[in-house]
Amino acid sequence: MFVFILKRLLQSVAVLLAVGFVAFSLFRYVGDPINAMVGQDTSAEERETLREKLGLNDPAPIQFLTFIANAAQGKFGLSYRTSEPVGRMILERVPATLELSFCAAIFALFVGVPMGVYTGLYPRHWTSQLFQAVSLIGVSLPTFLIGIVLILIFAVWLKLLPSFGRGETVDLGWWTTNFLTWSGLKALILPSITLGLFQLTLLMRLVRSEMLEVMRTDYIKFARARGLTNRAINFGHALKNTLVPVITVAGLQLGALIAFAIVTETVFAWPGVGQLFIQSVQFADIPVMAAYLLLIGLLFVVINLTVDLLYFAVDPRLRSQGGAARVAGH
Amino acid sequence: MAAPSNNPPLLEVKNLRVEFPTRRGTLLAVDDVSFDIAPGEVLGVVGESGAGKSLTGNAIIGLLEPPGRIAGGEIRLEGRRIDDLPYEEMRKVRGARIGAIFQDPLTSLNPLYSVGHQLIETIQTHLPLSSAEARTRALDLLKEVGIPGAETRIDHYPHQFSGGMRQRVVIALALCAGPRLIVADEPTTALDVSIQAQIIALLKRLCREHGTAVMLVTHDMGVIAETADRVAVMYAGRIAEIGPVRDVVKHAKHPYTKGLMGSIPSLGVRTERLTQIDGAMPRLTEIPTGCAFNPRCTERGGRCLVERPDLMAVGATRAACWQHDRGGVGPAIVREAVDA
Repeated sequence: MFVFILKRLLQSVAVLLAVGFVAFSLFRYVGDPINAMVGQDTSAEERETLREKLGLNDPAPIQFLTFIANAAQGKFGLSYRTSEPVGRMILERVPATLELSFCAAIFALFVGVPMGVYTGLYPRHWTSQLFQAVSLIGVSLPTFLIGIVLILIFAVWLKLLPSFGRGETVDLGWWTTNFLTWSGLKALILPSITLGLFQLTLLMRLVRSEMLEVMRTDYIKFARARGLTNRAINFGHALKNTLVPVITVAGLQLGALIAFAIVTETVFAWPGVGQLFIQSVQFADIPVMAAYLLLIGLLFVVINLTVDLLYFAVDPRLRSQGGAARVAGH
Repeated sequence: MAAPSNNPPLLEVKNLRVEFPTRRGTLLAVDDVSFDIAPGEVLGVVGESGAGKSLTGNAIIGLLEPPGRIAGGEIRLEGRRIDDLPYEEMRKVRGARIGAIFQDPLTSLNPLYSVGHQLIETIQTHLPLSSAEARTRALDLLKEVGIPGAETRIDHYPHQFSGGMRQRVVIALALCAGPRLIVADEPTTALDVSIQAQIIALLKRLCREHGTAVMLVTHDMGVIAETADRVAVMYAGRIAEIGPVRDVVKHAKHPYTKGLMGSIPSLGVRTERLTQIDGAMPRLTEIPTGCAFNPRCTERGGRCLVERPDLMAVGATRAACWQHDRGGVGPAIVREAVDA
């Protein structure tokens, strides 16, 4: 177990170094950053001074190591666009994205999983068929369209919910939150649904097919033959056996939620990291893009590690290493 | 009836019919099957795959897989009709009054729960015991089924047990609420030959000690001969012959049973060739008129082609064959004439 975690940590470091290399390459191969930073009439000497100051004249490996060392301390340099420290820019916007993704994930999990269980247990019931049909829409409609339609219905026609922004937020010093004001909570609803809908349908379909599979197994039949209650069979025996694939997908999808909140943030003018990234792409603001890349890389690595650890919690077969605990003999 | 008449039967199955609606019409998989099991008795049910023996077992425990359904007849346990109980009522019967053992011990246990958890869960579903009492009972059961080191093994997971040990756990699970009847569907088929005998001996001993009756479904005549008090031979959804195991094994009355017995190799007796029954059991869609066995029967007569025989008493056994009717099988049919 310990060895496993250590191994995974080393792998994670390797993955992050690779991501770091890609991020670093952005600086070197996507044009000359000096051109983006200075005006037309800057003299060659001034450019050279700036180049020297930014360390752009050092050999590539040295630059890479400096980049990694700085990144590890959270220093990503200055934004080409606003000349602010990139680390601070991102940190300011992280709470907005994380809160949005968190709500979307909660929505997807707590609606998608029960719907999946229901459709898996009663595949022929008309409500299951309805869920299935609706989920097709969720899977096939693009996020921005869902967002726009929701805005049209709930903000424009019904005037119930705001169409953009975070509403009022409360500053906790290092974190700004939506959860403590009424307008902040209201502002969360539409973007969360928009962002979470695809994941919801994905989870529902996954749980459904896993449930259908598990309900056919011998141990479920044997659990019935033992006279266990339906509740114990459906939620104790069946659902737990669907968890391993569901955790895998849910984990990856949580990463995807955060990483690809970009579209939803754009539609709802949500001041999150995704929106910052879009602005940075328009300005070729490479330090911000590189930092964003590393942040998302880190996020996926952390989520994958958590997912791996959850496997151990769920499946006892993984805990005994290589079946060593298996006692031979009859 | 082979069961003593002064002893009311534990299980009565009367004219049971199980059918499967399909696109091409309804298939009758179990056709008019009747038998009794006395308290503490072991009834063996043999037959080829598709003879309807497992379906009969599943119908008794109320777990026919849809679209299969009971189309007629009745099943009584201790005098109480159980085939038409609502699901929740039948759930309370399963495990508590009727236990079940399935073919594959490797897949019968939930891999994510320790065997102790699964035992305690079953015990507490049916008996009003505290967790500690249930655990004690689970431990006793594990010792009883011969799991060495039960105190530590109780917290182990199914994958940490071998196949034979897992089937012992399954037996403990089937017995844990003290059922009167166990439906054992091919309990040894998936096991090594060396383990099979142990498991059968264990099952037999436990059921004798607990006074539990067993319906032992298998295609292994050897297991039946060793274990059962009575045996029912099924063919194409019907009982071909039923009677005390000694009579059926030694003096089979139905040509199909004779064929089955002839196909068992025995040690010590040198036979040139084992006999085999030509042909295969008909599919449910193609059951011939008259006796379902007639295309393969070596003793067939004219009557067998037109009229379906019911069970007829022959000594201690009953067989569904016209030979044992006073009218006989009718004029012998020349094989070529039928095949043409």
